[in-house]
Amino acid sequence: MRVELTVNGEPQVADDVWEGESLLYVLRERLGLPGAKNACEQGECGSCTVYLDGTVVCACLVAAGQAEGAEVVTVEGLADGDALDPVQRAFLDAGAVQCGFCTPGLVVAVHDLLARTPDPAEADVREALAGNLCRCTGYEHILAAVRLAAERGGEGRS
Amino acid sequence: MTTPRVGERTGRIGDSTARPDGTPKVTGAFAFSSDLYLTGMLWGVTVRAPHPRAEIHGVDVGPALAVRGVAAALTAEDVPGRAVYGLDVPDQPVLARDTVRYQGEPVALVAADHPETARRAAAEVAVDYTVLEPLTDPRRALDDGSPQLHPGGNLVRHVPIRRGDPQPTAEVVVTGEYTVGMQDQAFLGPESGLAVPAADGGVDLYIATQWLHVDRDQVAAALGLAPELVRLHLSGVGGAFGAREDLSMQIHACLLALRTGRPVKMVYSREESFFGHVHRHPAILRYEHGATREGRLVYVKAEILLDGGAYASTSQAVAGNAATHAAGPYEVPNAHVDVYALYTNNPPCGAMRGFGAVQACFGYESQMDRLAAACGLDPAEIRIRNAMREGSAAITGQVLDFPAPVAELVRRVRDRPLPPQRSTDLRAMPGGVGGTTHGEDVVRGVGYGVSIKNVCFSEGFDDFATARVRLEVTGGEPVATVFTAACEVGQGLVTVQEQVVRTELGVDRVMIAPADTSVGGAGSSSASRQTYMTTGAVRAACAKVRDRLAGRDPASLGDEVIDATVEWRHRPTSPLDPVTGQGFAHVQYAFAAHRAVVDVDLGLGLVKVVELATAQDVGKAVNPLAVAGQIHGGSAQGLGLALMEEIQVRDGEIVNPSFTDYLIPTVLDMPPMSLDVLELADPNAPYGVRGVGEPPTISSTPAIVAAVRAATGRNLNRVPVRPEHITAEGLSVEAGR
Ligand code: FES
Ligand code: FES
Repeated sequence: MRVELTVNGEPQVADDVWEGESLLYVLRERLGLPGAKNACEQGECGSCTVYLDGTVVCACLVAAGQAEGAEVVTVEGLADGDALDPVQRAFLDAGAVQCGFCTPGLVVAVHDLLARTPDPAEADVREALAGNLCRCTGYEHILAAVRLAAERGGEGRS
Repeated sequence: MTTPRVGERTGRIGDSTARPDGTPKVTGAFAFSSDLYLTGMLWGVTVRAPHPRAEIHGVDVGPALAVRGVAAALTAEDVPGRAVYGLDVPDQPVLARDTVRYQGEPVALVAADHPETARRAAAEVAVDYTVLEPLTDPRRALDDGSPQLHPGGNLVRHVPIRRGDPQPTAEVVVTGEYTVGMQDQAFLGPESGLAVPAADGGVDLYIATQWLHVDRDQVAAALGLAPELVRLHLSGVGGAFGAREDLSMQIHACLLALRTGRPVKMVYSREESFFGHVHRHPAILRYEHGATREGRLVYVKAEILLDGGAYASTSQAVAGNAATHAAGPYEVPNAHVDVYALYTNNPPCGAMRGFGAVQACFGYESQMDRLAAACGLDPAEIRIRNAMREGSAAITGQVLDFPAPVAELVRRVRDRPLPPQRSTDLRAMPGGVGGTTHGEDVVRGVGYGVSIKNVCFSEGFDDFATARVRLEVTGGEPVATVFTAACEVGQGLVTVQEQVVRTELGVDRVMIAPADTSVGGAGSSSASRQTYMTTGAVRAACAKVRDRLAGRDPASLGDEVIDATVEWRHRPTSPLDPVTGQGFAHVQYAFAAHRAVVDVDLGLGLVKVVELATAQDVGKAVNPLAVAGQIHGGSAQGLGLALMEEIQVRDGEIVNPSFTDYLIPTVLDMPPMSLDVLELADPNAPYGVRGVGEPPTISSTPAIVAAVRAATGRNLNRVPVRPEHITAEGLSVEAGR
């Protein structure tokens, strides 16, 4: 089948999509956007987190056909050219990146959290990020990155 | 150092320099091995045996080849070179031919134009098995009636240690038997890579690994190619933790690429990943500690069984580590230790962060708590009384000729203020967001754990790292480029290499060339060794460059290019005496201490770790922010082993190969982690560095379990601790032991 959708503001068409393919597969293997990662394909790790019509979802759990006509934003769509999004900047400054496999999903999840709750309490941050696994950092520097991004305020955040 | 130093950025040793790969990692541009793509590439998948032990009478790939879109289907008959591989002992078939020794063992390969096509075709491969009774109990492995799984029998290695009085007696004696479950490294980035056939008959493999050269040599042997025709290039690595030290899909992808003449990509699913790499050895540990009434250790006796599973992997070295670390970071004059690594039909086990020292630490630290109770001492005090120091002898007779601030580390965590009694946020209770308690039945406990871990390769291994540094003027500016085969696996090695060059050459612009096998070997990014080793090699190469500069300003080089390569070694170690286990086996030891504070819901058996404090000596914090990240991440993996992480194996079959059923800590499971980082330079090491990655994984587990014991009064002799070990039924479970 054919799937037409908007990704990071650009209209995209994917042809020969097999019914069982996920949005994640289409993004990664058909549209050349491997930013969203596949670490479980079961909705357990959050590595594949993207925006679908403004709501964060696990792209591995969305059938490609369900994304027909949708607006998708991936980690590749957050920076404005060379200017990183404040959440991305904060991840770097706080040392929240080690292997980086969890990072794209977490960056999108934190971006969404701060857009909804600009100054979240730590318990709220933990609850909001509970679906994003990281095996390297023990989350301490990821929490620091969220605090840093929140402190720096919303300037430039889309 | 309590919090990472931000402040002035020099980019040199001791600075929390930003990672050069950081920006691509936050924007999604960084290419992990599972992201690779080439036009016309095929997808490879593995056919795996469903039985833990079986004979194979035939493999028919015909039905798979008949599926439209399939380009190749291969069996053991198609392996042109050496049919087996292995890190220390080549005992593992590239593809099983007549015998299956574990569930999930690769039997055949399929390549097709779509991964789903390849998966469906793989399901069509017909294998004729005779299922046999598996050997799954390591305690039975050496029995007369047990099947011999390998020609040499089921013993992979026995390591004895005999020190001091063979018949020691003591005023206070405590014994215990402990069990450690099978932990998985559970890196997030699955096993994956892209093999590209080359015009010269060789192959280029883009791969996520920990050790390029040892992969290269094993792949070349299996392909029957000269090593120079097999070129490995490090792709983005999504975590490692030991699980990438053995081969997974490396040979398979190359076989398919050479057969089809097309690039072949292989990516394991999460489920396949649980079958596709080795795990942490499950262990059964029997201990007896003898001490004076004042709590001074007189002797330690230990017998440790390590279930190595179907193939040897690194079991020999893991056994050596379990033995040499069996008494922990304590002075003990008499020791009698036997460690056995055994073959069974369980999943193969090998390297995971902590490597044999994790299992031993759960045993000896549980014993130290029992001893403290028997002597009427505080758990921190008994550890301080027996702590190793510089000049102490280990149970191998090796004298510690470097700082060993064990007592100080324990004092640091003990003397930290305790966290406030009880949070009012119900989410901070055991059970968390599940809202299972309002605080009734919740009790608090505090526990300690202290670790010791060897750094670098041991027991006489010829351990080296190679670095090449090129200095030239580009665009009017001096630029240094570093070439190594050292694997960045997330730990920040690329940053460290830049820091060394800036420090040694005073050049600000430093490039790290992609790691590949075009330079000499770097050894593995494991054993907490890569910063130690590659720092040593890069620094030595810089010294050579500096010699050739002969005092000139690098900016004045003009067209001259200075290029220097060094193969660098740490000081030699020696093998253990095969009878007494005595010997100078380790280059360096690293130490950490943890204090855990937990709340436990006695009714439901749920545990909330409230705080985890670590004190660790790192010799020199090359990059303080990265050091903190290593300690946090390592502590989290130890928490996982204490409370939730276990591959459950029934009759040789894994019952929980998914992130739904194999739980790793989420951000809700992790407590705040305070750090105390000591920097007591090791005079033998470059810049005084001491390996960082492993010690925190080792001691957080026993600290947390000790805190749960303190809260509940339960014995808790196995990890991970399950809720039913804590609730009322836990008493009968323990009584029945
Ligand atoms: S890959 Fe989608 S949640 Fe893990
Ligand atoms: S940084 Fe490696 S999984 Fe999070």
